[in-house]
Amino acid sequence: MKIAFSTSGDHLAAALDSRFGRAPKFLIYDLEAQSFEVIDNRQNLEAAQGAGIQTAHNIVATGAGAIVTGHCGPKAFRVLQASGIKVFNSDAATVAEALQCYRNGQLTEALEPNSTGH
Amino acid sequence: MIVAIASGKGGTGKTSLSVNLAALLAPVQLLDCDVEEPNAHLFLKADVETEDVVSMAVPEMIPERCNACGKCVHFCQYNALALAGGKPMVFADMCHGCGGCTLVCRRGAIREHLQRIGVVTTRSTANGVRLHSGCLDVGNSMASMLVEAVKDRLKPGEVAILDAPPGTTCPVVATLRGVDFVVLVTEPTPFGLNDLKLAVAMVRALGLPFGVVVNRAGSGDERVQTYCAQEGIALLLEIPHDRRIAEAHSNGQLIIEALPEYRPHFEKLWQAIQQQARTWREAA
Repeated sequence: MKIAFSTSGDHLAAALDSRFGRAPKFLIYDLEAQSFEVIDNRQNLEAAQGAGIQTAHNIVATGAGAIVTGHCGPKAFRVLQASGIKVFNSDAATVAEALQCYRNGQLTEALEPNSTGH
Repeated sequence: MIVAIASGKGGTGKTSLSVNLAALLAPVQLLDCDVEEPNAHLFLKADVETEDVVSMAVPEMIPERCNACGKCVHFCQYNALALAGGKPMVFADMCHGCGGCTLVCRRGAIREHLQRIGVVTTRSTANGVRLHSGCLDVGNSMASMLVEAVKDRLKPGEVAILDAPPGTTCPVVATLRGVDFVVLVTEPTPFGLNDLKLAVAMVRALGLPFGVVVNRAGSGDERVQTYCAQEGIALLLEIPHDRRIAEAHSNGQLIIEALPEYRPHFEKLWQAIQQQARTWREAA
């Protein structure tokens, strides 16, 4: 399975970005292959509105089965949920730390958005 | 002639100017384009004649026709559409009603349905001010579209005063587009000047003839007047800082009725607007 992490950097040691829709990048980690790719999210970072919706749409296209981020709002959550993508909230400092937490089973799946719409 | 009363800063006196100018020029059309907070009707004694509901077309998916090609999602500049689990999803409150998604869909999987955004109310006063007021529904953000609906009521060939929303955002641009002259109202304060500069940049970008009215003149400093002189901007009128004007306004009274000595100020303003509009026309 692939897991998407919201981040501002290009590697595992980079910071986990607390924002979902307006995260600058996403690190898509492949648990089986133990490799990753980074996708750019700048277009949504600068969107006038609906950044979460479009980001969720793009995450669906990566084939990720789960997303680890700080906060996820109601519209993005609806898209992810309808796509069968599990949402995990984490306040880990880096992507690597968040990945370790996931592997250790320390992250619990979010069953509802943890940030309000705006 | 269509004249818009606008301002960078809010609370400088757009509505005061609009309603008094309209009362002076009656018979005239007055359009309250400040659809998020219409208030011109508070100053004019008139009963509601009609209230028309304004709606916009938003997309609705026909899932069995959709092949999840994603063209509509890609097209939508407002991120109102998404594909989730191979199924299309609509976020109607993000939609700006452009209709593009229905055009790019080759499979006829998108139809439109009407969604209410607000109302346009029409009133007429005994002395012939015909007032059309837009009122956006609470929670709706489609102000520009409602402004267009208010402007659809404009009768061509008759003088019209448009009371614009404050600022320099889309609903203001929607109000100003197509008018013959813009009056920018400001106050002689640092805030007034700062926001006046933004408003001047906006009307210049739109290529519209304009002039400035300084309200509450004497309450601040002379920086607005200095700026106008430097920029070659016509100063159409200065309304003095007079407590009695504020009192009359607070009681919902027209200045030209409560304080008739100010009537010549508004007559002078109308002359200045016409003269400036003529000067711009000749220069063009």
